[in-house]
Amino acid sequence: MSDTEIVREFLVESYENLDLLDRELVSLEKDPTKQETLASIFRTIHTIKGTCGFLGFSKLEAVAHAGENLLSLLRDRRLELTPEIATALLKMVDATRQMLGSVEKMGSEGERDDRALIAELERLQKKARPTEESTGAPTAQQKEPEKPAEAAVPSLGEILMQKGLVNEGQVVSALVRQEEGDPRRLGEILVEQGAAKPQEVLEAIQTQEAARGGASEGTIRVDVGLLDKLMNLVGELVLARNQILQFTNATESSGLLGTSQRLNLITTELQEGVMKTRMQPIGNIWSKFPRTVRDVAVSCGKQVRIEMEGRDTELDKTIIEAIKDPLTHLVRNAVDHGIERPEVRVAAGKPAEGWLHLRAFHEGGQVNIEISDDGAGLDCEKIRQKAMQKGIVTSEQAVRMSDREVMGLIFLPGFSTAEKVTNVSGRGVGMDVVKTNIEKIGGTVDVQSKPGQGTTVRMKIPLTLAIIPALIVSDGGDRYAIPQVSLLELVRLEGRQARTGIEMVHGAPVHRLRGRLLPLVYLKRELKTNAKQAGEKTEGQGKKTRIENLEKLDFELARAKHLLWKSRLREFLDGKSSLTEAEAGSHKSCALGKWLYGGGQEEYGDLQEMRDLEQVHMQLHMLVREIIGHQGAKHQAAAEEAFQRVGLLSDRIVGLLTALERELEERQAINIVVLQADDRQFGLVVSDINDTEEIVVKPLSKQLKSINTFAGATIMGDGTVALILDVLGFAQRASVVSEVRDRALTEKAVERQAASSEHHSYLLFAGPDDARMALPLGTLARLEEFQRTQVERSGTKWVTQYRGEILSLVSLSDVLEERRQRPRNTDYRVTAEGTAPLQVLVCSHDGRRVGLVVERILDIVEDEASVKSAASRRGVLHSAVVNGKVTEILDVPAILQAAERGRIADTQPVEVGA
Amino acid sequence: MSNANQFCTFYLDRLLFGVELQKVQEVIRYQDVTRVPLAPRVVSGLINLRGQIVTAVDLRKRLDLPERPEGKLPMNVVMRTEDGGVSLQVDEIGDVVEVSEESSEEVPPTLQGVARELIKSACKLQDRLLLVLDIEKSCQFSENPAQVQRLV
Repeated sequence: MSDTEIVREFLVESYENLDLLDRELVSLEKDPTKQETLASIFRTIHTIKGTCGFLGFSKLEAVAHAGENLLSLLRDRRLELTPEIATALLKMVDATRQMLGSVEKMGSEGERDDRALIAELERLQKKARPTEESTGAPTAQQKEPEKPAEAAVPSLGEILMQKGLVNEGQVVSALVRQEEGDPRRLGEILVEQGAAKPQEVLEAIQTQEAARGGASEGTIRVDVGLLDKLMNLVGELVLARNQILQFTNATESSGLLGTSQRLNLITTELQEGVMKTRMQPIGNIWSKFPRTVRDVAVSCGKQVRIEMEGRDTELDKTIIEAIKDPLTHLVRNAVDHGIERPEVRVAAGKPAEGWLHLRAFHEGGQVNIEISDDGAGLDCEKIRQKAMQKGIVTSEQAVRMSDREVMGLIFLPGFSTAEKVTNVSGRGVGMDVVKTNIEKIGGTVDVQSKPGQGTTVRMKIPLTLAIIPALIVSDGGDRYAIPQVSLLELVRLEGRQARTGIEMVHGAPVHRLRGRLLPLVYLKRELKTNAKQAGEKTEGQGKKTRIENLEKLDFELARAKHLLWKSRLREFLDGKSSLTEAEAGSHKSCALGKWLYGGGQEEYGDLQEMRDLEQVHMQLHMLVREIIGHQGAKHQAAAEEAFQRVGLLSDRIVGLLTALERELEERQAINIVVLQADDRQFGLVVSDINDTEEIVVKPLSKQLKSINTFAGATIMGDGTVALILDVLGFAQRASVVSEVRDRALTEKAVERQAASSEHHSYLLFAGPDDARMALPLGTLARLEEFQRTQVERSGTKWVTQYRGEILSLVSLSDVLEERRQRPRNTDYRVTAEGTAPLQVLVCSHDGRRVGLVVERILDIVEDEASVKSAASRRGVLHSAVVNGKVTEILDVPAILQAAERGRIADTQPVEVGA
Repeated sequence: MSNANQFCTFYLDRLLFGVELQKVQEVIRYQDVTRVPLAPRVVSGLINLRGQIVTAVDLRKRLDLPERPEGKLPMNVVMRTEDGGVSLQVDEIGDVVEVSEESSEEVPPTLQGVARELIKSACKLQDRLLLVLDIEKSCQFSENPAQVQRLV
């Protein structure tokens, strides 16, 4: 072994030993009299000291030596363990660790001065009692060998004797022979002597092996890099297996099928096995926590007891690395902020010692980790206040948020309700980092709390990162993989359901799933829209639009028309009607033909029905022309014969059209993939759903990673690349999941904004007496022109039939206050002005529609209309400068009210919007 | 005779470009590309290279040259970068060329915009000019290329 290798081994072992020391010291603090622990600690430090000396690390040796001396006093019962001593010893452990770190990085212990620490350790030694009777247990301990003794493995002779196969005498004489120089093994000698049979010796050897195997550690150290490499290779193997499976599915050869099945099984097992090698028990990280908790508790003046449940729960190494820091932060947080000071606890009726509980378990393909404390819990009010203070939420949002949502706020960056910023926590950078780190590995984190009773932070993490089951969907010719962990269910809408299943709410598509509204996102739209924004030129863009504009074929009509040929031809042949070739038309010019060649083929050409249909359709038209030709040439017999065939063909066409119609309806079916992201559900609409497969996750280039819609890529069985959807990222991009968990809020904001901007578009028109007036465009539904003849009377009102409803007509001159003060009643039917059509502004307000008759429509302008003056008369909102001229802005609601009552009421003018 | 002077050359819109041979992982013919929606315009998509996922960058777009004519399939020059493999899509592959220090010149001032940033130097060959690309920058695609004046 080279020098560096020796040092490396030393480092690895020493780090482990230091971790062991941490645990043991903390455990010793809780039970200072445990001799075993003391002895173990002493041995560990002694080992470290020895190796350091051997390798020439004198500083390390010095520190370890001071610690060892202190420990020997403790072990000899000449000193009692106090917190002071424990702290000093832990400091020694830390110093050692730091020096090891230097050795690791630079090859030397670095420029350190640990004299203060050494002095401290020596000072504490001075308090020792003089040497007492050092007999009995302590001495016995001292005599123990340096290395922990391996459990005794029985010798071959002992085993054979135990089994009664040989007697002691025979063994002894064999041993003597060995000592005299016989090079053979004991077993051989015994057999030769006839003392034992070969079989018995073999069995004895096996027993020995078993004993040895059980006694010694059945583990082996493996370089992590090597394991990663194995993982990669297994990933590749999985891909290759997928590819082979694809081919064998198409094959008939039973030999190949059988072999590939075996390959499949073996690969699966190998995959599981290799994944297991990377699994480590979570106890590995947890083991550091007792020390952490102790340190934080001591520095905060609190008492905390830590309990760990499920230490053996195994996680993939990369996950363990990723959650190490977040867990540490949460534990520190719980002690620092969660658990109260002993006085406070006692006053609240709780035991002075706080309780921290860590729990890990597997559930539903995920690892659950819970950190609970029985501390003060989260103060929702305080969080609300803080959030409002920081402007994260408005006061009305804060009031509306549920307690659970409020607790979720602590995960926002910069958020901390800690009064003091200690160097443990309180800087407000912790919780959001925790959440980000957990989510980065595909997990979720959640917090629950009962004020006064405690808090629980719950994490759910997927078991493995590299190979995941996924649902493959396709859209627009591309395939995408959706991790099954986010998949809730699949919904398929067919036929009528496809048309009615999707409703619009606030302009967004939703689907009613068992009573709940599921927001929908169209995969095609989400991905393509932005492609256009990036200026990408999609090839065949022209083609696509043509297909989109493809008129739907009216199947009924097509069927009917083609059935008609039979009777038409019959009449023609009977001489009852005439038919020319031109009228018969070519197969391209009839409605079906137009649809077929105008895009129907492109879109559906792969369907067998289409191909058949085209064929038969062509034949039919040819036949028709043939018949006409025969008839024209007076070949009656030929014409009749041809006619027979027509019947068959036209029936076939009808049949094909029906089958095609059904196929197309099938295609119109809508596939909804119901996904879950961040506690919210939404439906993803895709054109096709393929299989579920196990895929190997391959990372995307760093530059592409920023597109948070995709979590990676994978290679499909046929070698093509498919992108893996990052469900959360996708949902955020599609605005289905928002930061503030209240969509209604954002909608309100949008509406308000829209309302305020509408005020800036005006329709200018000439009112009564050619007054210049304007109407906010938002209240205007349509501009229409009605003939005076369309105007009818209904009671006292003038109305007209408009788009299936009865629309009241109101003349502004009737309704607006005028200088004349005389109500007018315009009669639309008879007018001196001639029969010019009426210009009507159809306005809607509050669901009611009214047609305002105006003299002339002038223009539509956009203006701020900021210069305003008070209302000039009732029915007018105010006067403003629009397009440079003073204009009266109409108060539509008031006008509508007036119209219903026949005159302006004696009330204050109603304000619109504001 | 140092390797740093050897370049793998290729043609783009009849211009000759080159990249350091050492940094080239391999050169292969056209590979099917899976497009990445929402990716920057210059990213053609992803290629499966014997199990390795490589990002394909259309070098014409990256250099703001006119689009490749229909039907012409690009060749791939796969570069080794720290970020995994990046394949530069080019029109045709040229020879491996060795240039001497002296023949290297400054980039002509007529080159503006994107091209200026991406081309490190120009080398005089026997009958034409070889434009040497800055590999790091060429393989970067997270920003939109600025409008550029035509190179010729």
